[in-house]
Amino acid sequence: MTSDDVLVRLTAVDKRFTKSKETITIFEKLDLAIASGDFIAVMGPSGSGKTTLLNLLGGIDRPSAGEIRFAGERIDGLPESRLAHWRAGHIGFIFQFYNLMPMLTAAQNVELPLLLTSLGGKDRRRRVEAALAVVNLADRARHYPREMSGGQQQRVAIARAVVADPGLLLCDEPTGDLDRSNADEILEVLRLLNREMGKTIVMVTHDPAAAKYAKRTLHLDKGRFSERDLAA
Amino acid sequence: MTDVSLIARNLFRKKLRAALMIVSIMTAFLIFGVLVAFEHAFNAGEDLAAADRLMVVNKINFTQPLPYAYYERVKAVEGVRQVSHANWFGGYYQEPKNFLIVLAVEPESYLKIYDRELDVPDDARRAFLSERTGALVGEALAQDKGWKVGDRLPVSSTIYSQKNGGHVWEMTVVGIAKPAKPHIDSNFIVFHYDYFNETRSFGKDMIGWLVLTTTSPAVNDKVAKTVDAMFANSTAETATDTEKAFNKAFAAQFGNIALIVKLVVGAAFVTILMIVGNTMAMAVRERVREIAVLKTLGFPPARILRLILGESLLLALLGGLPGIGLAALAVAALREKLLNFIPGMVMTPDIAVLAVVLMLGLGLVTGIIPAFSAMRLNIASALGRS
Ligand SMILES: Nc1ncnc2c1ncn2[C@@H]1O[C@H](COP(=O)(O)OP(=O)(O)OP(=O)(O)O)[C@@H](O)[C@H]1O
Ligand SMILES: [Mg+2]
Repeated sequence: MTSDDVLVRLTAVDKRFTKSKETITIFEKLDLAIASGDFIAVMGPSGSGKTTLLNLLGGIDRPSAGEIRFAGERIDGLPESRLAHWRAGHIGFIFQFYNLMPMLTAAQNVELPLLLTSLGGKDRRRRVEAALAVVNLADRARHYPREMSGGQQQRVAIARAVVADPGLLLCDEPTGDLDRSNADEILEVLRLLNREMGKTIVMVTHDPAAAKYAKRTLHLDKGRFSERDLAA
Repeated sequence: MTDVSLIARNLFRKKLRAALMIVSIMTAFLIFGVLVAFEHAFNAGEDLAAADRLMVVNKINFTQPLPYAYYERVKAVEGVRQVSHANWFGGYYQEPKNFLIVLAVEPESYLKIYDRELDVPDDARRAFLSERTGALVGEALAQDKGWKVGDRLPVSSTIYSQKNGGHVWEMTVVGIAKPAKPHIDSNFIVFHYDYFNETRSFGKDMIGWLVLTTTSPAVNDKVAKTVDAMFANSTAETATDTEKAFNKAFAAQFGNIALIVKLVVGAAFVTILMIVGNTMAMAVRERVREIAVLKTLGFPPARILRLILGESLLLALLGGLPGIGLAALAVAALREKLLNFIPGMVMTPDIAVLAVVLMLGLGLVTGIIPAFSAMRLNIASALGRS
């Protein structure tokens, strides 16, 4: 992997949490390179630091030591407001519990990230329509989250994550709350986004079947990665 | 979608809660508007008093009369520009319960002294000066009773009777005096002292009080001392003071209205502040996860702060603006009813502006703490709570 291909690089990252004198170390001297266009599944036992890793990659948490570079630019030291701006442009988050705004329609939820851009009303509407079409929910634009199934809500969340066209999608157990067929639908959408639209994806999952959709799987345990081919 | 529509949707996600808060804020501003308009009207005399105007009354009590001769003598005092005099007539219309504020005055000097307060058209002024039984009626009173120029007006007195035994003075409305500013009392009748003095059965050549203007407020003290010294040790000693002090003392007879109003309005606002502040804090606490999601999407801290503050400000305005609007309606309705008690009760632009300032203050105070905690919310730990 040449350095040109690397979208995100973690170098000697430490992450510790200190709670009332007690310090827990999650990562120590962690190195990771994520190639542009990759689709990585991250697996590992509960408490192994998978969510923490996504938080570090997405700039919503900072490493205790080491550096994180995104497209060559260091992001670990950016102040909060610059980091927010950076996230808006480069990162899409997808959570286990969808996290949609209950008082907004599907289209309005998807439009949220565009409020941070200078796009006019017409352009925003076009982008929202396109994003909802990608997740196959064009006909649900005016529905509220409570009027949709879990799978549909998660697809709205995916549309929201991609509407501003970020390069990196971070998914934390995106199918953790869904049945097999809904999960497969979501995973198909993610695969489509990776293959057809070139999105780089890091997906945390407990489900080996879900991990099969990824190009490679990283196992996280006791603060270390081990790469194994599950298919083998 | 805009930030404003996002704010509005947040505010109205619990419709009953939003409605209750709006109604409580509305009530507080209704109380505020009505009481402050009342208090302003009540103390208007003090605020509107001209700085260069002095009142000369009997030292024993302002209801005791002074000899007419004082009028000429005060005119000659150095520093005095104009002097006029007035008698309290104790007037009523047809029945004593129809109480009227009627003063018998020296027309020319009286109009001059109150030139800045009263708008009297030139023809009305001329008619008033030339017609012995002419009466000038204040606009509010004329409107209230439906009196017009040319109307014959039988005015009775609870104090005086005529030499012929009658109690009714026949007058003719010769003009309507308009107040030059909103709070100025125009619920009165003034008529000729000469007519009054020549027909009354007692008290001849006695006047109620003198009102004078000085050449400058700087000489007020000196003029007051000179006047009082002039009549010291006479049968009618005088007390001279500024109109402001006089009006203040008069209003104080009814208690400290300003303080009462402040206490009531203050209590209403403290209550509202606690209700709205607590509800805003609760609303934001319930939404911690959503705020974390907004931050994840890239909403910067300042924008989050604005969204929450915007919500509390919108709430304060949605309650406050209709509240002050209702207060304006209530004041307009009360104005008629309270005309004899406190004339000139109006919702002035000052009160409305003060109300809007209070709304903004209320919005900021109730929103600032939740807004700051939302702004500083740690995304990772907020999302961790599922
Ligand atoms: N803000 C925090 N303060 C203290 N400890 C934390 C904090 N966030 C995470 N931890 C700890 O860090 C460790 C890793 O947490 P993390 O959420 O990353 O695990 P995970 O791999 O995502 O687990 P799961 O599969 O259950 O979601 C856990 O022991 C957790 O208790
Ligand atoms: Mg996790």
